Amino acid sequence: MSDIADKVKKIVVEHLGVDESKVTPDASFIDDLGADSLDTVELVMAFEEAFSVEIPEDAAEKIATVKDAIDYIEKQKAA
Amino acid sequence: MSGTATNGRRVVVTGIGVVSPLAVGAELTWKRLIEGQSGIGRITHFDPSELPAQVAGQVPDGPTAEGGLTLSDWVPVKDQKKMDRFIHLGLAAAIQAVEDSGWKPEDEDGRCATGVMIGSGIGGLQTIYDGSLTVSSGKARRLSPFFIPSALINLISGHLSIRYGFKGPNHAVVTACATGVHAIGDASRLIQYGDADVMVAGGAEAAICSLGIAGFCSARALSTGSNDDPTKASRPWDKDRDGFIMGEGAGVVVLEELEHAKRRGAKIYGEIGGYGMSGDAHHITAPAEGHEGAFRAMKAALRNSGGLTTADIDYVNAHGTSTMADDLELDAVERFFGDDAKRLAMSSTKSAIGHLLGAAGAVEAIFCLQAIRDGIVPPTLNLDNPARESVIDRVAHVAQQRKIDVALSNSFGFGGTNASIILKRFKD
Repeated sequence: MSDIADKVKKIVVEHLGVDESKVTPDASFIDDLGADSLDTVELVMAFEEAFSVEIPEDAAEKIATVKDAIDYIEKQKAA
Repeated sequence: MSGTATNGRRVVVTGIGVVSPLAVGAELTWKRLIEGQSGIGRITHFDPSELPAQVAGQVPDGPTAEGGLTLSDWVPVKDQKKMDRFIHLGLAAAIQAVEDSGWKPEDEDGRCATGVMIGSGIGGLQTIYDGSLTVSSGKARRLSPFFIPSALINLISGHLSIRYGFKGPNHAVVTACATGVHAIGDASRLIQYGDADVMVAGGAEAAICSLGIAGFCSARALSTGSNDDPTKASRPWDKDRDGFIMGEGAGVVVLEELEHAKRRGAKIYGEIGGYGMSGDAHHITAPAEGHEGAFRAMKAALRNSGGLTTADIDYVNAHGTSTMADDLELDAVERFFGDDAKRLAMSSTKSAIGHLLGAAGAVEAIFCLQAIRDGIVPPTLNLDNPARESVIDRVAHVAQQRKIDVALSNSFGFGGTNASIILKRFKD
């Protein structure tokens, strides 16, 4: 697993208070990890802060799973 | 019947919850209060050394079993950062009260007949302060999505309703230091009017932060002369008093329509015996001469009491904040009670826990219920040299054993808002 994936996972565990084992790539923040719409806003802010990236609102709306977040951030960092 | 309701519905208290500088827990707070302990100490929530007032009544951290605050026992860790401390403290008191009452609505009708009215004087002040710093440092887009719901005063009522499924009236009072009494009084009336059968009501406050202390310092409201001797700082009616001591905490009661409480065999702490309100129309922070607003609030409470007179009232829990206004309240109480003042006990429990602002009236109403139950009047600490004499026994230094059937509690707030509530022993 990449450094980015590790860090994303850690942020999700911290913010949603879920067990690390549940934070699989396909896990949906809302459906599987108990987040509500405000939690997801806060999660995206935490990603922006941690990775020094800008995630515009339309992009943020498409980030539904752990993998979505990792992919988006890896793409931004590679660019 | 001897009830107080406009339509015959009587309201009793079936659950109590307290978070105070003396303890987390209604009974431990009461035990320490009547032992004469003080919950006042040097401020540790932030470094107060730049400010003239440096002492306060802070809720102690520690294991729940020892009366300390262990937040995770009340609010799940992942939800804690979504709420300001005043919501944490309010929920801790509300959960105690609900569990104490044993009320668990089993069906939709029961849930819809159960409401919440828990207010605060100030709300999420630390949250607002922190949010302001985020915005002013150019990070407005980083402001937490939980900033607004963390600061809003009615969110204790909101969170509690979500936790327990209480779908009745959901409301919150904001009347500065009169909040707690207004919440219990107004919620009682919702029950009397049939809007609910059960109401969880009270107040919470957590304004011991730099902004809160600095603000009250600027208003010249806080004691500044006892920074080196914190337990002596709060001294209602004493000639050396020099301002109030900020406290934090929460008081919440479960109010219940009498027949509803009897049907389920609930334990009854006492009955709401009367409730009165008034406005000063005088000054934003100072009471009028002779505290005539307090006089009218007490008179209104008696008018709604179903026939009680001043001769029936055994104990007054005074607003008594340890400011110059103490003697004005004393004037009003003496005038209101007339000859009955001679047999009256009156104390200010703010001498031990400080002034809990929006929580004060609710915590003090609970002390009245405990005084009635146990036949003990809590003391006024530090009343060494009364600024003026009175025929009223102000219970200096030590608690007194005394039969209390009816107690009255006063709360007055900035803006010139006054409320008095009468609690009485339940007699079927």
